[in-house]
Order: sequence, then C-alpha cells, then structure tokens
Amino acid sequence: MKHLSKALIVVAGLAVSACSNPDRFGDQYGDGTGTSGTAGGVAGTAQDPQSPLYFQQTIGDRVLFAVDQSTLSPTATATLDGQAQWLATNVEYNAIIEGHADEQGTRQYNIALGARRANAVQEYLISRGVSPARLKVISYGKERPLEICSEEACYAKNRRAVTVISAVPTS
Amino acid sequence: MRVFLALVAILAGLAAPLMAQEERSGPLRIEITEGVIEPLPFAVPNFVAESAQAQEMAANITRVIAADLTGTGLFREIPQDAHIARVTAFSSPVQFADWKAINAQALIVGGVSVDDSGKVVVRFRLYDVFAGQEMGQGLQFVGTVDGWRRIAHKVSDQVYSRLTGEAPYFDSRVVFVSETGPKDARQKRLAIMDYDGANVTYLTDSASIVLAPRFSPGGDRVLYTSYESGFPKIYVLDVATAGRNVLNAADGEMSFAPRFAPNGQTIVYSLTTGGNTDLYQLNIASGQTSRLTTTPSIETAPSFSPDGSRIVFESDRSGTPQLYVMPAGGGEATRISFGQGRYGTPVWSPRGDLIAFTKQSKGRFHIGVMRTDGSEERLLTASFLDEGPTWAPNGRVIMFTRETQGAQGASSLWSVDITGRNLKQVRTETGASDPSWGPLQN
Repeated sequence: MKHLSKALIVVAGLAVSACSNPDRFGDQYGDGTGTSGTAGGVAGTAQDPQSPLYFQQTIGDRVLFAVDQSTLSPTATATLDGQAQWLATNVEYNAIIEGHADEQGTRQYNIALGARRANAVQEYLISRGVSPARLKVISYGKERPLEICSEEACYAKNRRAVTVISAVPTS
Repeated sequence: MRVFLALVAILAGLAAPLMAQEERSGPLRIEITEGVIEPLPFAVPNFVAESAQAQEMAANITRVIAADLTGTGLFREIPQDAHIARVTAFSSPVQFADWKAINAQALIVGGVSVDDSGKVVVRFRLYDVFAGQEMGQGLQFVGTVDGWRRIAHKVSDQVYSRLTGEAPYFDSRVVFVSETGPKDARQKRLAIMDYDGANVTYLTDSASIVLAPRFSPGGDRVLYTSYESGFPKIYVLDVATAGRNVLNAADGEMSFAPRFAPNGQTIVYSLTTGGNTDLYQLNIASGQTSRLTTTPSIETAPSFSPDGSRIVFESDRSGTPQLYVMPAGGGEATRISFGQGRYGTPVWSPRGDLIAFTKQSKGRFHIGVMRTDGSEERLLTASFLDEGPTWAPNGRVIMFTRETQGAQGASSLWSVDITGRNLKQVRTETGASDPSWGPLQN
C-alpha cells in the first residue's frame, strides 16, 4: 500500500500535462486510425479508481522519452508502477501500448523508434507482474503527434508511449 | 486507364528511335552534368491540327511538351508571340532564317489528328536551327483521346533524349501519399499521378494511415504500409484494379519499409518483434521469408542495387542512424556514411552509380547523393524537413517530401536535379508525401 500511494503522488504531477488537452486526446483514438476497441470515449470518472478515465488521467497513461531514447526515466517507471497496479486490480481490461516519436527523424526510423519505446513500457509492465497476454504494442512513429508545434516543448510531449486500456471481450 | 501507344517512324525503313540517335549530327547538345547551364532556347509552335476535332488537343499537347522541357531547367521556350514564321502544315519546308532570327536553337514541329473513333495520331520533327537540319527522324505516336498527355510526354521524351543524350523520364508515373487535415489528425490516401502532378487517381480511402508506397520494377504493383488491421502491415496493391493483399501478417508483429527487388518477385522490408527492428526478405509467390540482419539495433529503409546483388539500408548499430551496404542475401555489412549527422532512407540510383539519402545535421534536413562506397557526398537541398528521395527512371532527377515547420506545417513533393539545380515543387491538389517514381511507361 505504501508503494502504491507513493506512485500516486508522483504521477499526480504528470497528470497535469496528460489531461491538458482531453478533447484532442479523445479524438485521437476515435479518428479511424484502426485502434478500434480502445479508449475512444473513455468511460467513468477520474475519481473512480476502477475507471479507465482514472487510469488515463489520475494514474497517467503515458510516459515521455528523451530524444532518440527508449530508456525509462524514474518519473516514467513511477507512472508505470501505477499502471501495473491498476492492471493487476482491474483484470477485465487489457492494454495496447502505443509508441510515438517526434517529427525529427525519417518516417521509417521513427516507426522503429516508437516500437522500441512501446516495448520498453511493455517489458516494464511485465516485470511488474502484468501478464504478457494482456499487452499489445504498436508504433505510430511520427504519424500521430499530440502537439503540433515544431519546438522542443511539443516534441517532448510527442516522444511518448501511451497505455490505452480496452475492455476484455466478454465472449 | 491503359493507353495504347504505338511508335512508328515516319521514314519507312528507319523504325528504331535508337538508330535515329546514331544518325544525329550537328553541334546541338546540352550536357546536364555541367555545373552551370544556360538553358537552351527552343521554339515549339502549336502543333498543326490535321482534323477538325484536333484543334484544342493540338494546342494542349504543345503546352505539355513545352512544360516538360522547360521544367527540366535545361531548356527555355521562346514565346509563341515572338515567332516570325508560321507553321501551317506539318510537312512545310522549315524557314530556318526566321527561327534563327529569334535565336531558337531547337525547333519542334508537329501535327495532330483525331478521328471519329477517338484515335489520336501525333507526328513531330525536331530541327537543329543553326545547322539547318533535322535532328534524328520524325516520329509518329498513336494513342487515345484520354491518353493525350502521355503522347505529349512521349514527344518530350524523344526531344529530351536527342538533345541531352540521356535516357528520358517524362512518360512515367509517381505513387505517393495524399495528405489532408491538420498535423495531429492527418488523413492519408494512396494516390498515383503523372510525373508532373496531372491525372491523379486515388488508390485507397483515408480510413487508415498509409505510408511509403513503392512501385514494382514494372510499375504494375505497389507495396505500401497500412494500419488497416490496427497494426502496421505491408500490403501489395495491383495498380490496374486497386485490389490489395496483406503480406506476412503474423500477430504481434509490425512490418513496414518494404521495397521490391529488381526481379519484382522478392521484397525486402523491416519487421519488428519484441521492440527490435531487423531486415527480412520475402518471396511473394512462395511466401517464404528469411531474416537478413540479426542485431539488437534498428535496421530499416532497405533498397536494392539495380543488379539485385546488394542492399543499402539504414541502421543505428553505431549509435546513430547511418548507411550500410550488405549482400542481398544478408551477411557482413559495410558502413558507407561517415559525415557529421544522421543518415536515412537510402535509395540506389537506377543507374547504379549513386545512392540518394536523407541527412539530418544541425537541426536541418537534406537530400543528398553519394557514390555507392560513400565517397563524394553532396547535399542537394536544405530545409526544416526534407526526406524520402526517389529517383526518376533515368537517374538524373530526385523527387522527395518537404514538410514545413510549425502547427500549420504541411507536406508537398519537390524535385531536384542530381546536380542540385532546378529545385521546384511538384504541384498536387492536396498535401503530398512519400513519392515513389515508377518506370518509364511502354
């Protein structure tokens, strides 16, 4: 319990940036990019610990990376500890981890780089006890930036891996 | 869609255009490898309409020919209102003195007829004005009304080849990604167009992200990456029918960056498993795959040498993305890029002599070329973001993607000579990226 509350304190700071633009975020997963069945129209409230919205906004659904890197920072692992805890509690959900890159780089390289980032998150969550069968990874490279300015302030937010929660099919 | 084009020498017994080139004489020749070039002035009076229906088409064909030639930066058109002589019949004697007087060094004269069945016949002759003689022989092209632009490009190709000694490229197509919408919700569709941006046809809808289409050597098929399944997978699309098939779609894997081998049967591509991206090859017919690289680094953007014996690719095994060459079947790779910066998307020239690439250095992007051993690197462009070069079929011109900076940033297609001259935008009706230049059409 002590571990969990520590994680929550750390990610509370992250949640500010994560929910700074919830509308655009919501759009991103309902825009026909093939991620059907993921968190488009995230259910629940950010106060309900069982809800995907709580996962997305309160725990923090994303971690950020340095330029060209896929190494998890202490901030990132704290967020992922929270994600792993949530997934351990809420077994009716699976996750797709989306890796992204900023626009500095060629299209092909960035897909491979985004895959590295998503994989780093996947491996960390597995190391924290999440079943590999519940996790999938995908890379969007630089195809789906969250922020669109061509400055480091935007690039920093685009170099991300986002854990997108989806309900386990009932049948 | 398909256009039938027959090429017939007007002079009986001299059928092959290559023979016509051998017979070329006179001083009129422009060398396109020289550093500074004064564009060669030419005149192309409106092709003579030889049937009532041909009036508009004759004028249109003439404009496309003029645009093809001036678009190379190697030729300068003398405006029609400066012409002294009037060409009223294709076979009229040429008034060389009148063309000399306006300093036209090359003169193109043509005739166009259209019959009731929609058959178009275009004839042309090319003259060296100052030598007072014909260059090569007159040629006749037969096509359809719908294919009139192709006929014009065929004429331009002949003129270009005779004046430069280079292989032609105007009668060719480019497959690319059409882009609309803002950066964070961009809609992408596969599209195909003539090399000059005309005749756009869409091959997919915008429901899924599509990336980096690549023509087959024959131009009949296109490889591309689509997120249609939810994950990036490689598809092969038949250009004539727009029918498509997914290749090697194992669950949990991502595949992208495909490219055909020169034999059109084998493809090489990137496959990501467990976060690691390596190069693989696949025989399309048999479905057999083999792994070409086995490193923990990123290997992507492979491209075959024109003889199919080697593959150039991008890898960050040294710590930053650099270019490497290895045997087509895999094996030891040799690093060829050693300049400052990051190198990507290498593409082997169809001539085999150069490799074009994207380079990132000091916050700028460049399109460049180097010899296949990495020597004699030259950067041809510089901007906020240039990437993804593709070669014209004659290996003299490179097309690429340029994306502008900032929240309103958009993609467009540009072309540049391998000399670094004649940088210009290719006009497209939407944003555009990831061009792949197809072969010269038959």
